[in-house]
Amino acid sequence: MEITLNGVKVQVEEGWTILDAAKFYGANIPTLCYHEGLSPYGACRLCVVEIGRGGRSKLVASCLHPVREGLNVRTHSERVVKARKMLVELLVARCPQSKILQDLASSMGIEKVRFKPKYDDCILCGLCVRMCEEQMDAKAIGFVSRGVKRRITTPFDIKSEKCRTCGACMYICPACQLRCQGPKADTVLCSGCLNISPSCLEKYEDTMCYMDPCVACLKEKEGNKKDVKKKN
Amino acid sequence: MHGELLSKDFPAIDAIIKKYGERKEFLICILQDIQARYGYLPKEALTRVAEKLDIPLIQIYSVATFFKAFSLRPKGGHTIHVCLGTACHVRGAERVLGKIKRDLDINVDETTKDMNFTLKTVNCLGACALGPIVEIDGKHYGNMTTVKVESVLKKYSIKKME
Ligand code: SF4
Ligand code: SF4
Ligand code: FES
Ligand code: FES
Repeated sequence: MEITLNGVKVQVEEGWTILDAAKFYGANIPTLCYHEGLSPYGACRLCVVEIGRGGRSKLVASCLHPVREGLNVRTHSERVVKARKMLVELLVARCPQSKILQDLASSMGIEKVRFKPKYDDCILCGLCVRMCEEQMDAKAIGFVSRGVKRRITTPFDIKSEKCRTCGACMYICPACQLRCQGPKADTVLCSGCLNISPSCLEKYEDTMCYMDPCVACLKEKEGNKKDVKKKN
Repeated sequence: MHGELLSKDFPAIDAIIKKYGERKEFLICILQDIQARYGYLPKEALTRVAEKLDIPLIQIYSVATFFKAFSLRPKGGHTIHVCLGTACHVRGAERVLGKIKRDLDINVDETTKDMNFTLKTVNCLGACALGPIVEIDGKHYGNMTTVKVESVLKKYSIKKME
């Protein structure tokens, strides 16, 4: 089966998801609720890619979307990058203390969070639930309630007999990993390792290479920045 | 029977499960029947259903908390709905609600100690002209005031309020 991945025609296998194909060919799609050892869930939408052509293109979650003959996939189009940045911004506002989210924000060049921070301790990615059920075979935790009240807990909110306190749910939780406790540990956005967003994006509406972080353009930009500073 | 708290009433629960052929796909029907019998979903009953149907308890708990029709806390004999819709609100529904809360010594979504009343709020009962409205067991009481609501509650209370 043949698909077009970022303008290149590539061979893919029946049954692959777009994410599988992108991984196989080295296109780096950020993911959050996806884990190789667990069934895909499609909760975070961070893995969005653009499929189709021109005005009829649409955004889909690549961790769930199967490849189809002739599919035209763009993993880093302007629209995709914009959508991803918005998602990460919202997630950071929800859990500013998460290292994984802060790292994502930095690697995407997010420089401010326009939403009110909530200091929640869960982004409802469902990783812990799938980990507990599929790998630990305990089925001790799950989603309860719905809407804004949706949360993760044990039955009746008490210690579960099924739980073996293996800690796997905490191990995999992106919100449980606390960010580096540096001097700016209580800001909403860390930006400690801020990367500049790919400069090729503005020019070509697509990222031109898939280095992560994109080093070359970064260096060039930083050079410029220092020059500007010197002048001031 | 409402309020009838039989933690070891397994034969009855087993009978309900049996009625649906002990099949997982009838979980919601089974929960509805249990709720109809006890007025809420007792913890022991859910644990029993999990065992019998071989479903993880957490899954049943997820379903039970997803639907508003299910209650995990015992419900009182009478359910009070205080309308807090816009029309009732501007006519002083908050004051009426406050009065009920004080008189029954409970908060919204709670049940009195004697299991007689459960207090709920709604966002419009569709009879705004009569607001503020208090509905008890499906019966509507319009133009409520803090004074009037007291006598309405009295009608339903077990031991007449002093
Ligand atoms: S610690 Fe308990 S809840 Fe968490 S994965 Fe292990 S068994 Fe499941
Ligand atoms: S507790 Fe952690 S792993 Fe579980 S859903 Fe929330 S963020 Fe995801
Ligand atoms: S990784 Fe695909 S939706 Fe989260
Ligand atoms: S607002 Fe109370 S009945 Fe409409």
